[in-house]
Amino acid sequence: MNLHEYQAKELFAQYGIPVPRGRVAATVEEALAAARELGGSLWVVKAQVHAGGRGKAGGVRLCHSHAEVAAAAKALLGTRLITHQSGPEGLPVDKVYVEVGSAIEREIYLSLLLNRDRSRLSFVASAAGGMDIEQVAWTSPEKILKAEIHPAAGLQGYQCRQLAFGLGLSGQQVSEFERIARGIHALYLDKDASLVEVNPLIVTKDGAVLALDAKINIDANAVFRQKAVAAYRDPAQEDPMERQASEHDLNYVSLDGDIACMVNGAGLAMATMDLIKLHGGRPANFLDVGGGATAERVTVAFRLILSNPHVRAILVNIFGGIVRCDLIADGIINAVKNVGVRVPVVVRLEGTNAEAARATLARSDLPITAASDLSDAAVKVVRLAAA
Amino acid sequence: MSILLDKTSRVICQGFTGKQGTFHSEQCIAYGTRLVGGVTPGRGGQMHLGLPVFDTAAQAVRASGANVSMIYVPAAGAADAILEAADAGIGLIVCITEGIPVNDMVRVKAALAEYPCRLVGPNCPGVITPGQAKVGIMPGFIHQPGRIGIVSRSGTLTYEAVFQTTRLKLGQSTCVGIGGDPVRGMNFIDVLALFQADPNTDGIIMVGEIGGSDEEAAAEFIREHVTKPVVAYIAGVTAPPGKRMGHAGAVIDGGRGTAAAKYTALERAGAHTVRSPAELGVAMARALKSRPARRASKAAAKAPSRAASKRASGKPVRASARTVRSKPARPRARGR
Repeated sequence: MNLHEYQAKELFAQYGIPVPRGRVAATVEEALAAARELGGSLWVVKAQVHAGGRGKAGGVRLCHSHAEVAAAAKALLGTRLITHQSGPEGLPVDKVYVEVGSAIEREIYLSLLLNRDRSRLSFVASAAGGMDIEQVAWTSPEKILKAEIHPAAGLQGYQCRQLAFGLGLSGQQVSEFERIARGIHALYLDKDASLVEVNPLIVTKDGAVLALDAKINIDANAVFRQKAVAAYRDPAQEDPMERQASEHDLNYVSLDGDIACMVNGAGLAMATMDLIKLHGGRPANFLDVGGGATAERVTVAFRLILSNPHVRAILVNIFGGIVRCDLIADGIINAVKNVGVRVPVVVRLEGTNAEAARATLARSDLPITAASDLSDAAVKVVRLAAA
Repeated sequence: MSILLDKTSRVICQGFTGKQGTFHSEQCIAYGTRLVGGVTPGRGGQMHLGLPVFDTAAQAVRASGANVSMIYVPAAGAADAILEAADAGIGLIVCITEGIPVNDMVRVKAALAEYPCRLVGPNCPGVITPGQAKVGIMPGFIHQPGRIGIVSRSGTLTYEAVFQTTRLKLGQSTCVGIGGDPVRGMNFIDVLALFQADPNTDGIIMVGEIGGSDEEAAAEFIREHVTKPVVAYIAGVTAPPGKRMGHAGAVIDGGRGTAAAKYTALERAGAHTVRSPAELGVAMARALKSRPARRASKAAAKAPSRAASKRASGKPVRASARTVRSKPARPRARGR
């Protein structure tokens, strides 16, 4: 689950991480009122969307007057912002964040995330802030500093100092940096984050250290025990199909092809997409219906798949382990009837009673084709989608 | 023979009286697993499925001499259950539970280093040694005793590999589902080391997926220590970056963890890679036939590694990932 910048900054403030003063606004009037309340003569109006690359996409605007703030809010609110991370459709800008402008001396990159290779949390920092950190990691890995945290010992002072001195900070900034790092670490653990990223962390012209941007992702597995953070969820930023799927406890990811898939198990679901591609087709989605492929779930899954107008054929790939295939076949037939599926459906069922299941499918007068194995299923569905 | 699990293994179930625990315990008993009891706090002293229920794992171990535990405790309490099993002296902990918060697993993983136990999972189908014992949720009937070891991050893809090797009459020595989470117990290299040392495993099927770099680490290990043929498949060639594909660990993050990078690493290591999961079985049959032709590894002559062979000897040893990592580190070129 992703948070907006303004939400992340609320949390930052709670954890003593200094951020520039700012207000969130949903209308031009609110944006203007925010600018007046904040005072000063320089403001930044930032589109609140769940995607990086906002600056390059025109989603961050520097304003020198109230009129400019109003104009920026007007230009952003109600539009869709397309960044290199948002997908071609872009994301809706329902809110902007109005912040006082900062006099930037230098920009630093700082994040805390899981190092999967070591199964530990690790700070990643770089003096090359404000830039794409992946790019920096790729082109000049020596500019990346890391501090790995032992879960029992926790974040140590020396680790903060190593990062701070490594980043070229000095004097008061070193202890200021340590306070920020400790705040980020505490927040990460308390709120079950999977990423806390500050890009950039700035040193202002008068020497203060501030989090100019804030990105927080929450571990989806932990949302159940993070009621307060869960309230930050903004469904408008989610893919509508994926949102609908999650309401039914289905794992769905939208893709841009025309062959829909319905599969049990995440690995097999990925493999099914890959097989379609391997045989010259283009998958329309990832969909894991989970272990118990019941008639009910299959029906919901068909409805979901068919709400995508690009779908020209459907591949159902179920490895029936403990659930019997003949029961799944009955479920598929009922679902196809009830939902009124009009595109060809190729079904591959394997496992207990698979023979009986194939016979049942073959007997139905619906647009269902039974496949004998994985490859056969992929070949058939690609051919039917192209027809 | 087999790795990790056999017909002498004495198994308890944590979360025994719950819906999942009950259903799968019944299935395991029916398969022939020597289930000796279960744990449900507050229900100690009762009988369930004809077996004693204990309040704590420690009581269960004392009373039954259990050395394996399978865990169906819901996500909120699963980390606690894993550590309870470790502290009770269980040698093999198999955690089926899906959806455990990652921060919980980070703590569990660090704490487990203090215990002489192995953890399989979480978010996995479990472990099965066909014809002997099954500890998990996999359908037993598709398996056949044989000589292929299978290790996989995905449940249903494991079943595909099992189904194909059964159909080709190769059978399986042991199948280990290591799970789809980013922080887990045993990893590919831990299981590969055991299969390499197991005299009754002739070939290894490895099923990976996008996310992380465990397949790349496995490739390095294969190149240095594995002389048996390895057939590998990686799921997620078509997965878009930044999207979590069902499994918590299946996500391409900042351009790292792609299927392409994993395939390249495995091919360089001499593994037989397949682009279709439908070819896992036939590729293994082919690899076994042409076995002498496999490029000799520089480590072919010597034992896999002291750590690996010590661990495979069945003696209680320290937690898995550490021992294998203790081999001389070779700097790997990576993103960060």
